[in-house]
Amino acid sequence: MFPTEFAYHRATSVQDAIAFLGANPDAKVLAGGHSLIPAMKLRLAAPGALVDIGRIESLHAIDVRPDGAKIGAMATYNDIRDNAGIARIYPILPEAIAEIGDAQVRERGTFGGSLAHADPAADLTAVFLALNGEIAVTGPNGDRTIKADDLFVDLWTTTLETDEIITSVILPAPPASNGMGYEKHAHPASGYAVVGIAAVLGFSADKTCESARIAVTGATSKATRLTGVEQALTGQKLTAELVSSAAGQASDGLDINGDLYASEEYRAHLVNVLTRRVLTSAAGL
Amino acid sequence: MTTTSELPETAPETRYIGKPIKRREDPRLMTGQGSFLDDIRLPGMSYAEVVRSPYAHANIKMIDTGAAKSMPGVLGVFTGDDFMDINPLPCAWQAGKVTNNVNTPRVLAVDKVCQVGDPVAVVVAETPYQARDAAAAVDVDYEELPAVTDAKATTADGAPQLHENAPNNIVLTWECGTDADSVDAALKAADVHVTEEIRNQRLIPTAIETRGSIGRYDPGTDEYTLWETSQCPHVHRLLLAAFVMNIPEHKLRVIAPDIGGGFGQKIFLYWDMPLVLALAKKVGRPVKYVEDRSSNYLTATHGRDHVTDVEIGATNDGHITALKVKTWANLGAYLSTIAPGIPTTLYGRMVAGCYKIPNIHVDVVATYSNTAMVDAYRGAGRPEAAYLVERVCDLVAHATGVDPAEVRRRNFIQPEDFPYDTGVGMLPYDSGNYEQAFDRALEQVGYKELRAEQQRRRRNSDPKLLGIGLSSYVEVCGVAPSKWIGLPGEGWGAGLWESANVRVHLTGKIVATTGSLPHGQGHETSFSQLVAEELGVPIEDVEIQHGDTAGTPFGFGTYGSRSLAVGGIAMYKSLQKVKEKARRIAAHMLEASPEDIVWENGKAHVKGSPEQAKTLGEIALQASVAYDLPDGMEPYLDETTYYDPPNCTFPFGTHVCVVEIDRETGEIALRRYVAVDDVGNVVNPLIVDGQLHGGIAQGLSQALYEGAVYAENGELLTGTMNDYAMPRASMVPTYELDRTVTPSPTNPMGVKGAGEAGTIAATPAVANAVLDALRPFGIENLDMPLTPPKVWAAMHHAAGAAQAAD
Ligand SMILES: Cc1cc2nc3c(=O)[nH]c(=O)nc-3n(C[C@H](O)[C@H](O)[C@H](O)COP(=O)(O)OP(=O)(O)OC[C@H]3O[C@@H](n4cnc5c(N)ncnc54)[C@H](O)[C@@H]3O)c2cc1C
Repeated sequence: MFPTEFAYHRATSVQDAIAFLGANPDAKVLAGGHSLIPAMKLRLAAPGALVDIGRIESLHAIDVRPDGAKIGAMATYNDIRDNAGIARIYPILPEAIAEIGDAQVRERGTFGGSLAHADPAADLTAVFLALNGEIAVTGPNGDRTIKADDLFVDLWTTTLETDEIITSVILPAPPASNGMGYEKHAHPASGYAVVGIAAVLGFSADKTCESARIAVTGATSKATRLTGVEQALTGQKLTAELVSSAAGQASDGLDINGDLYASEEYRAHLVNVLTRRVLTSAAGL
Repeated sequence: MTTTSELPETAPETRYIGKPIKRREDPRLMTGQGSFLDDIRLPGMSYAEVVRSPYAHANIKMIDTGAAKSMPGVLGVFTGDDFMDINPLPCAWQAGKVTNNVNTPRVLAVDKVCQVGDPVAVVVAETPYQARDAAAAVDVDYEELPAVTDAKATTADGAPQLHENAPNNIVLTWECGTDADSVDAALKAADVHVTEEIRNQRLIPTAIETRGSIGRYDPGTDEYTLWETSQCPHVHRLLLAAFVMNIPEHKLRVIAPDIGGGFGQKIFLYWDMPLVLALAKKVGRPVKYVEDRSSNYLTATHGRDHVTDVEIGATNDGHITALKVKTWANLGAYLSTIAPGIPTTLYGRMVAGCYKIPNIHVDVVATYSNTAMVDAYRGAGRPEAAYLVERVCDLVAHATGVDPAEVRRRNFIQPEDFPYDTGVGMLPYDSGNYEQAFDRALEQVGYKELRAEQQRRRRNSDPKLLGIGLSSYVEVCGVAPSKWIGLPGEGWGAGLWESANVRVHLTGKIVATTGSLPHGQGHETSFSQLVAEELGVPIEDVEIQHGDTAGTPFGFGTYGSRSLAVGGIAMYKSLQKVKEKARRIAAHMLEASPEDIVWENGKAHVKGSPEQAKTLGEIALQASVAYDLPDGMEPYLDETTYYDPPNCTFPFGTHVCVVEIDRETGEIALRRYVAVDDVGNVVNPLIVDGQLHGGIAQGLSQALYEGAVYAENGELLTGTMNDYAMPRASMVPTYELDRTVTPSPTNPMGVKGAGEAGTIAATPAVANAVLDALRPFGIENLDMPLTPPKVWAAMHHAAGAAQAAD
C-alpha cells in the first residue's frame, strides 16, 4: 500500500490550483481523497503531483435559497447531511448520504469528488441526475457550467477537462409539491451501490405527476436516467398499478453489467423492484 | 446493544474469578500506545519488498535483477538461488499414520511458482517506497502452465499436476470411524436415505493487522533476533533454528510484540521469517517486511475450503443411524505448518457433533491446488464438522418430516453418557448437558411461537419469509495431551503442553509468564485475575509477560482455545506451588506447623488467630532476603510448571438464528440471534462474551457474506476488501447470550475454552435459518455465502414449486 512518488501542492485559491494543473499535466486534484488515495495505494493511479483543494475556503460553503442551492465542491457528505436547509428542501441528499460507505468516508468524501470521479456505482451521481443539478466549473479559459445530463460519459469518465475544477454543485429548487427518495442495494464488501435508484417527482395541486426525474446507478457503466419510466408517469395520477407497471419496465433497454456478486439478471430485477419501491414512497402510495 | 442475562458466577465469594473486569490492556491498545510490529523502528532499519508471481502456475525462465539493483536506495536484490542454504519450511503436523506427500514453500520460489503471489525475488532498500519501486523493476520471464483451483477438480483425470511427489495432487488420504462396509450396510438398512454435496467455502481470515517480520543479526555475538506477528514465538524459534536455518537455538531470539488479531493465520511459519533473518545478515542492517492487505490476501493462509459428499441414514422418526462422509480438503499450493492436521484430527474426528450416531465413516482426501495455502482458521476443522452435522440434522428433518428441534433432541448424547466416545477416534468428550443448553436457547427465542408465526406467514404468502435456524455444537478445545496428539498418535510433531512461571518479587509484586500468546484474547486481564485470586493480592500488583523467547519458558502458543485450559492450568499449578512454599515460610515466621496455616483475605495466619497474619509481601520479603528461612529451603518464591493436559475439553451449546428474507429481492435480515454456550467455568464473563460476539460475527459472516473466489486461471478474484466482504457492525445483529456451566472434569479449574465457540456455532445456525425460510420453495441446500443474489436466483428458479406451496 505504497503509492509511487508524487509532488504535493496545497492550493490557496481556485486560480492557484488551475495554474498548478496547467503547469503540471500529470497532476490531479485532491479533494476528500477517498477514491483517489486508495487508487494510488493500489498503484492503479500514479499521478506525478497532487493539488489539494481542501483548504480553499470558498469551496466548502453551502448556500440554500428559495430558488435553489449552491453546494461547494469541497462540502463533505457530512457537511451536506448536517445542513438543515438541505435536509428540509432536498431530503433525498441526507437519505442517500446515510447509505454511502462508512463514517470515515462520509466525513472526508465530497460531493464534487464523487461527481468528478464518476464511479459507476457511486450514490450521489444518480441523486444529482434526479435533482437536475449542474456543476460550476473553472478552467484556464474561465468558468462554465455542465448540466447533470451532460456530465457522465462512461466508467470514471466525464465531460470535465483534466485542467478544470468543479467549484460547486448547483441544485434548482425542486417542484413546490414533490416527493423524492433513494433506494439502494449495497454491495456487502465495498458498500457501493449494486443498484441505487433516485427519484424526484413533482405534483400539481390535483396530485397529477407533472415531472419525474428518475436515475439508476450501479447497474450500468454510468449513472443513467430511466426516461421510459419518467415518461410513463408524467401527466398521470399515480396509482400503485401505474407505478408498478412503469417500474416493471425500468430495466428495459439498459446495458446492465454483471459481476462476481450479482448477475445481470439479478441487477435488472433489482432495478425494477427498487424503482417501484422508491416511486411508491415518493408518491406517498 | 447486547443483552446478557445474569451469568452464574463461578464462585460467588471470589474477588476476581468470575468477575467482568474490563481488559487491562485496552487503554494501552486503544489509545495508540501499543507496540505492533510496524511500530518498531530499529536504528539502521531497511525495508524488504518481494516480487510476486502474477501466474498461478508457471515455470520461471529467467529473473533479471539488473535494473532493480541500480535503483535509488537499493541495498540488495536477491532471488531463490541466493538462499539455497535455507531449507524449505517444515510441515510440523502431518496427518497421523498415513503417508503425507509433503511440499512446503521455500523462502523464495525456485524454478517454479504454484500460486499467484508466490514470491520470486526480494529487494531490500532504504525506504519501503524505494523497495516497492525497485521490486516493480525486476524483470521475470515465466512460462505459464494450466492451473487448477477447485478441491474436487484437483484429483480429476487430466488435472494440472503441481508436485512430482504428489500424484493426482493428493497430499494424503485418511479415514476414521467404523469400516466403510458396515456403514454402507447401515445406510442400506435405514428407513430414510439422503445424499447431498455440502461445500464449506474458502475464507480469508483478515485480522486487522496483516503479517510481518523484522530480522536483525548481530555479528559480534552471532545472534539473530526476529520480531514477528506470531501466535507462537517459541515454536517458530525452534522450527527456524533447528529445521530451516540450521542455527543454534540459543542464538535466535524471537519476539512477538502486540498482535492485532490472528485467528490462526499467525500460528504458521512463513517464508518471510527466515528471509528477513538471512537478509539482515546479507545487508548488515535490520530488515523489515510488512505485508499489505493485498499480499496478505494472496499468500497468507486461508481457511476451510471443503467439498463433502455425505450420505445419511435415518429412521422414520428422525434417529440418525449412519453417516458416510467423503471430504475433499483443498490445502492450496503447498503445505502450511499444520495444514494436514486440520481436516483429519480436528475435522474427521468431530463429525459426530453432539449426537449418538452408531455408524460413521469418514474419508478425507487432502489435495494441492494453485491457490493460497489453507490451514487453521478460527475453529479449524470443527466449523467444517459442525456445519456438516448441523446441515445433516436439518436434511434428516426435511426427509422425515420431524421438526428440526426434535431431530436434535432425539439424537443428543445424554449427561449420563460422559465421558463419551463417539467412535471416530476423538478423545472422549469430557462433560456436557446438551439438552439443557438447547432447551434454554429454544425457550429464550420462543421457538414454538416462531414456528406458529412461520406457519401463519406461509399460509398468507407473507412478503417476508421467516426462517429459524438451529445449531447445536460441541467442539474440542484445550489441545492437547501430547501423548495423544504427538507423532505416534495424531502426527503432531511435538508436545502440546504449556508453561507458566510465577515469581513473587521482594516487594510483593508479581510477574507471571505464560507460553501462550494473546493476540486479542485479553490474557493480561484473565491471567492476572487468576493470579490475584489465588494469591490474594490486588490485580494491580500482577504483571503477565509473554511473547519473548528470552523472557519466558518454552510454550506452544495460543490457538485451539487452549490458553486457559492448558496455559491457565500451568499457571494455576505454579500458583499452588508458590502458595505451598509461602505457607511453609509463614509457618516458620509464625512458629507454627504448615498444616495449621490457613490463607484468608490474601493473608496467612495460624488457624484460630487471624490477628497475627502475614501478607504475601511480608512472606516474599522473607523469601528473598533469606536470612531466616526454614532449614534447607531455597530462597525466593519462583515456581514454574509445565502442564500437559490429560484430555482435551469439549465446550458446547446451542445457537438459534431467526431471519426474514425479502421474497422479492432475496435480501436477508437477521431478526434474532440467541446463543446459549457452555464453556465450563468462567474467569471473566466480559471477555467470554467478547470472544463469543466476535466469533459469532465471523461465523455468520461465512454463512452470509464471505467467500474467496478464484478464477479458473488461479487469479484471486476477491483480492481486496472491495470484493471480499468482511462484516461491518451494521451487518451483524444484536446477540442475546446466555450460559450454562458444566465444569470440565479434566482440569482443576473446570474451564473449557471460549475462543472459537461462536465461529463454530454461528455458521450452521444462520445457514439453517436461511434454508429453513426457503423450505416452501423445495430448496434443500445452497452453497454459502447465502447472498441475496444467490437466494433470489434459487427462489426465482424454483418459482413453480413456490406457487405450489403458496
Ligand atoms: C471504504 C470506502 C467506501 C466507499 N463507499 C462508497 C459508497 O458506498 N458510495 C459512494 O458513492 N462512494 C463511496 N466511496 C467513495 C467516496 O464517496 C469518495 O469520497 C468519492 O467517490 C470521491 O470523493 P473525494 O472527495 O474523496 O474525491 P478524491 O478521492 O479526492 O478524488 C476523486 C477524483 O475526483 C477528482 N476530483 C475531486 N474533486 C474534484 C474537483 N472539485 N474538481 C475536479 N476534479 C475533482 C480527483 O482528481 C480524482 O480524480 C467509498 C470510498 C471508500 C474509501
